[in-house]
Amino acid sequence: MKPLIASTLSGILMMFLALWVRDKSRVSNLALGLLAIVLGIDIWSLTEVLQQDSVQHLFSGMLVYDSFSLWFFTLMTAATLLYVLLCRKHIERVGQHVAEYYALIFFILSAINLLAGYGNLLILFLGIEIISIPQYVLAGSDKRNLKSSEASLKYFLMGSFSTGFLLMGIALLYGATGTFDVASLNLGSNGNGINMLALTGIILLIVALGFKVSAAPMHFWTPDVYDGAPTPFTALMATIIKVALFVAFIRLFMNGFGLVNEHWKMVIAVVTALTLLIGNITAVFQQSVKRMLAYSSISQAGFMLFAVLANNAFGLKSIIIYSVAYTLATIGMFTILMKLKDYTYDGFNGLAKKDPMLALFGAIFIFSLAGIPLTAGFFAKWYVLTSVLEYDNNLLWLVLFALIMAVVSVFYYFKVIIAMYFKPGDTAIAHPVSAADRFYLGLTAALVLLIGAMPNLLLYLITQL
Amino acid sequence: MLLLFSFILVPFIFGVLSFFSGSNAKRIALTGSCISLVLSLCLITQFCEHPGQELQHSVSWIPAIGASLSLSAGAAAAILVLLTAIIFPLIFIAQWKRPIENPSRFYGLMLLSQAGLMGVFLAHDLLLFYFFWELALIPVYFLCSLWGGEKRIRVTFKFFIYTFLGSLIMLAAIIWLYIQTPTRSFDYATILQTGQSLSFGMQQIFFWMLFIAFAIKMPLFPFHTWQPDTYEQSATPVTIVLSAIMVKMGLFAAYKWLLPVLPEGAAYWSQTVMILSVTGIIYASLLAMVQSDLKRIVAYSSIAHVGLMSLGLFADTPVATNGFIFQMFNHGINITGMWLIVSMIEDRYKTRDLKALGGMSGAAPAIAISLVIMAFASIGLPLTNGFIGEFMLFLGVFQSANPNHIAFMVIAGLGIILGAIYTLNMVQKVAYGTAKTTLQIEKIRPGELFCLVIIIVIIIVLGVYPKLLLGLIG
Repeated sequence: MKPLIASTLSGILMMFLALWVRDKSRVSNLALGLLAIVLGIDIWSLTEVLQQDSVQHLFSGMLVYDSFSLWFFTLMTAATLLYVLLCRKHIERVGQHVAEYYALIFFILSAINLLAGYGNLLILFLGIEIISIPQYVLAGSDKRNLKSSEASLKYFLMGSFSTGFLLMGIALLYGATGTFDVASLNLGSNGNGINMLALTGIILLIVALGFKVSAAPMHFWTPDVYDGAPTPFTALMATIIKVALFVAFIRLFMNGFGLVNEHWKMVIAVVTALTLLIGNITAVFQQSVKRMLAYSSISQAGFMLFAVLANNAFGLKSIIIYSVAYTLATIGMFTILMKLKDYTYDGFNGLAKKDPMLALFGAIFIFSLAGIPLTAGFFAKWYVLTSVLEYDNNLLWLVLFALIMAVVSVFYYFKVIIAMYFKPGDTAIAHPVSAADRFYLGLTAALVLLIGAMPNLLLYLITQL
Repeated sequence: MLLLFSFILVPFIFGVLSFFSGSNAKRIALTGSCISLVLSLCLITQFCEHPGQELQHSVSWIPAIGASLSLSAGAAAAILVLLTAIIFPLIFIAQWKRPIENPSRFYGLMLLSQAGLMGVFLAHDLLLFYFFWELALIPVYFLCSLWGGEKRIRVTFKFFIYTFLGSLIMLAAIIWLYIQTPTRSFDYATILQTGQSLSFGMQQIFFWMLFIAFAIKMPLFPFHTWQPDTYEQSATPVTIVLSAIMVKMGLFAAYKWLLPVLPEGAAYWSQTVMILSVTGIIYASLLAMVQSDLKRIVAYSSIAHVGLMSLGLFADTPVATNGFIFQMFNHGINITGMWLIVSMIEDRYKTRDLKALGGMSGAAPAIAISLVIMAFASIGLPLTNGFIGEFMLFLGVFQSANPNHIAFMVIAGLGIILGAIYTLNMVQKVAYGTAKTTLQIEKIRPGELFCLVIIIVIIIVLGVYPKLLLGLIG
């Protein structure tokens, strides 16, 4: 409970800070300080739960904090801290109301806490709404840019529509089971199959959550929204928020519907296959690296859906590794993208000559996204695929399909490497890279390589679950 | 057994050092590769005393999933380690006087690729093997794309995608095989046991999934289409790494990770693989006959040689397997000699077109004589190591239980004859006849002479006394 209160209070504090603090850089520093405090409170909470080896049930089971939720939230707070460290100058550049952007980010963080530790479908709804509404605002925060307003409106309309599906699904589940509490849904626990009403509710929930994590065929909002939103907020949306929604997805389907999964397994498998297919094939044809990264996030979401499909504890571990690997690599890639003036592939031409360190970091992030061994991305993919095969041998076709799509992904990921290293050109760097930027990018790249070489460091933390 | 780890660590450390050494990179690279050579000779002497043994060392890596940093050197691995350790210094010495753009990057990437290749030969843990399989590819991708012909970027990308596709299919098989293991471990003994206990149908599926990755790497017909373009467009030192050593990755992987792990599946499909191999020999030889680019001729000849080696491997008799191991070493040495001469010709004549070459025996006799010797070794004339290897492979195929073994022998023999045709044709066009160029052709340089002499000595010594290597196999 303490982390939730901490992040919400930080958000409120940041909102009022706008009245007194004018200097944007000071606002960023204050946000970083508050994030550090929240992280400290997270770790404190986590060690408490680990020592007592207990699960916190709050508000008669509406919030359930076990070690997994607290671990995940700690990782997310740390990721947000790294994100602000990397992107602070760009957040400051988006518009006037910097303190409000940070306030919204803190509210998103508290929503992530809710999504990590919900025990009740209404809290799930609350968490999804609290995470979505700030995103609608952040997507439209570049008021001088028409694409930003378009992104915000598209996101708002599609998002509200999907929330309608969510509410209908929850209502149907309530009608079928008589409760909102995830643990006491008791679907299939008596071995007597599933109520048609409940199954319809589950399918609607798949649609709704699929919208939120941009799984095909509910992904159509993602490219335009990610492309139109200001790039630092795209980075936030594509990584931390998407990953948190996936954890919510997994928790619901494992804890609530785990026993009836023969009924929804095929639906998710088809959604996964479609997501991988559409995400990867369309990404190949993109001209802009920002849009390519948006489609790449769709295809990575396809891989993360494997963890939902797996329906076992291995799947939980795999989603943690995948989220860390994917977040580090994508935030790093977006940070590098933000430094350049030209967002197309040609904008990267000759980066290796102009700034070899930046190009090397970019190469490491791209290798991680493509799944080359020695980077965190390889183990992430390995884990999600193994978790599915561990669960069901019959899904080998899906694993093979995913790996073939991974080959397709090399087509667009390596275009960046080819531009950076093999094409001559003079990259126009719009915003000079400071020493602090290099340090944090280097830290991110080092983490990617470290987890890629010795994933047991992260795994050791996870086996505490 | 720190010796085994040093084979990977020494090139890696020297490679990283080379990146920061500017113009001194070639000295650092040569030092590092010579240290590797000395270490590999130490390894070989261990085998001289106790032939047929297997050295192993294992360090814990990811206990949670059962992966360990486990290295092992049997006779075949030790021979391939020796091959790698010999070839890299030869490449560096031959390259010494030639100017190259960005030398620190070049030598750094070469040594990193050496580390990766050593890792593939030594890995005893399936996940570690997969790691090195991919990691050997990354420095080679950069090497091929940064230095070479005009179309190199597109061609290398095709090479990368093709190989990566094979590797990912192999990854699916690895994950699935891992799931089947009772103790969830990647250790070789466990994998061996699990694979052998699989049902016949499963073995067949696994066989094809693993075999495709190895067949693309070898390359075996019909998965060879990436090879001629990639060999042609890459810079010749890189072509040597690709042709002499990376090819052995695919062959050695089939020898260590495919046939022992899936014996029934392999036995069932060996007929098909042998048919593909002999088809590859004939197909590649026929194509080599009509090429006019020197590098493409040698590239196709390499496909033909690999066809013969994979024919012997899948014949699965003791003589054939020993011949296979021996021939892997021989092919590496012989093809290196051939590529070195091609690079010398390219350097001096500024062209690789057969129509524009000729009369080298007058201008640079030492190179011409070496070319003739390399050609003899490539064809497999007695007194050269190629003869012993081919003879053993043919004998092994003859002794195999396969009903069509005579047919395979005859067709492969036809391939040898075709090989003689295009190789001698190439030698005649390049070394003899009238000189068509007006350039001043430099005579052989001391460094290049040294490399060629080493290779010729190995060719003849192994051709006359093959027990030096065969005795290690035990």
